[in-house]
Amino acid sequence: MLKLENVSITFNKGTVNEKKALDNVSLTVEDGDFITVIGSNGAGKSTLMNAVSGTYEIDKGKIFLDDKNITRLKEYQRARFIGRLFQDPLRGTAPNMTIEENLGLAYSRGKRRSLNIGIKRKDLNLFREKLSELGLGLEDRMKTPVGLLSGGQRQALTLLMATIVTPKLLLLDEHTAALDPKTAAKVMEITEKIVKENNITTLMITHNVSNALAYGNRTIVLSQGRLAFALEGEQRKNMTVEGLMKLYSDNAGDAFTDKMLLD
Amino acid sequence: MGPDKPTYKKIIRLAPKLIIVIALLLLINFTMMESVVIGTLEKGLVFSLLALGIFISFRILDIPDLSVDGTFTLGVAVSVMNAFNGSPIKGIILAVVAGAVAGCVTGILITKLNVQPILAGIITMTALYSINLTIMERPNISLYRKDTIYTMAKDIFGEDYYKLVVSAIVLLIASLLLFMFLKTQAGMSLRATGDNEYMVRASSINSDRMKILGFAIANALVSLSGAMYTQYSSAGDSNSGTGMLVVGLASIIIGEIFFTKHTILFGILSAITGAIAYRYILAFAMNLGMDSNYTKLFSAVIVAVAIALPAIKQLIGRTAKRFSKENR
Repeated sequence: MLKLENVSITFNKGTVNEKKALDNVSLTVEDGDFITVIGSNGAGKSTLMNAVSGTYEIDKGKIFLDDKNITRLKEYQRARFIGRLFQDPLRGTAPNMTIEENLGLAYSRGKRRSLNIGIKRKDLNLFREKLSELGLGLEDRMKTPVGLLSGGQRQALTLLMATIVTPKLLLLDEHTAALDPKTAAKVMEITEKIVKENNITTLMITHNVSNALAYGNRTIVLSQGRLAFALEGEQRKNMTVEGLMKLYSDNAGDAFTDKMLLD
Repeated sequence: MGPDKPTYKKIIRLAPKLIIVIALLLLINFTMMESVVIGTLEKGLVFSLLALGIFISFRILDIPDLSVDGTFTLGVAVSVMNAFNGSPIKGIILAVVAGAVAGCVTGILITKLNVQPILAGIITMTALYSINLTIMERPNISLYRKDTIYTMAKDIFGEDYYKLVVSAIVLLIASLLLFMFLKTQAGMSLRATGDNEYMVRASSINSDRMKILGFAIANALVSLSGAMYTQYSSAGDSNSGTGMLVVGLASIIIGEIFFTKHTILFGILSAITGAIAYRYILAFAMNLGMDSNYTKLFSAVIVAVAIALPAIKQLIGRTAKRFSKENR
């Protein structure tokens, strides 16, 4: 369970460029929740993710993961229980290392990096099996440097790396936005499969409104650093893209950006 | 023809390199005396350790480490003082430890104290200048008639090849340990830190700690190189580190002509090959009458040209294009 209590972040404090990126956000994510997050540019979606993952230090408030206060933990310390995907497919993998080396690093998540051999033989079978589940043929290219893979392949591999040791929380920051529509659909399909199979608590930012309704069990809408409203249960089930747009402009004070409409 | 084609193509691709190697070997064979050939190889082996250290900071961590000039001399100072006082082996071991500590200082300056990498290296190097002089007590020390790890091995390996064998053994042990380390979990984390820091932190690896560890290992190797060199030449000089960074870089760049694959094994082999080839090129240039004062200018030019090569190629390409257009 992830709990945010009155979390605030202000950028460029005390200058003319001061911007409240997160303004008193409180949010509870129950175990097994798959929450989709939408909002216009600058609404604070990515800042929310970065606050949870520890990339940004928060100015005010507290963050709990499974009743443990993680507010003061550093990014790499939180990464023991939080898996993460970025929008940029190049960010999640080490390009000059092979597929199996990348997976080996991910597989020792949360453990001390010791002087034990990096990739054990028995792990290789597990890696091959998991890679074949992606259905991209990567299981036959385990010794290929990741830099030679396509963006979609790298993002699928990052997804596997983020979940190969089941995390308590998975953060997806528009992880399909940089991919072509067909690849994006494929990566989304893999995402849903992995999340469902392992019952991983997930937060997913998306620009795609229909995706936001199609996946997960709750949708939250951010506007100007605040939680504008949330959708769940019956109301969410019966919601259409047009309905959500209308609800948004009625509730959130600013209109959806063109980019969201186009997606 | 089908299956033969790749091999045939491979040979064509490797041909320029083979020609370089053969030409070098012929030059060495015809122009140098045997003692020079062996002496150059010995030096190449000792300076391979330097190249391996710089390989870690420049290629694996991808951060320039300018403290090298200082840590090389640190190795010289620690090693020469201990050898002078009758314990050469202790000198080598302590030099490795001292180099690692100096590397940690650079690493901590960069990661914990947010000093820019280039400045951090210069700070450590400058501080080491005083420290090295303090250790040595005077600017240069001769080990004439003193025991070194080389003279100690003279009886075992024979009069002719003892220096070669000792250098080779130390290099072999160091590169084997390095290779094995880079295959461990900690070693893989170190490599990933230089490759993609975002990914490293998202994988619960403390990237700061990895950088400090990397600088420690890099400078331990550089210091070991200095420690070996001073006992090899039976003399220690407080200025011997000057320009070592560029020498090491030149070695790495030369090595990468021969090995293009970016695996760990090839990286290590490439650093060693480059360091040895660099010594032969230098020996050959001096054989042709180059003044030994010019050795550093020589390595500086190699590094500058090698790094500028892509830009020069582009410039030539653009000019050629313009001319061909104007001709039409």
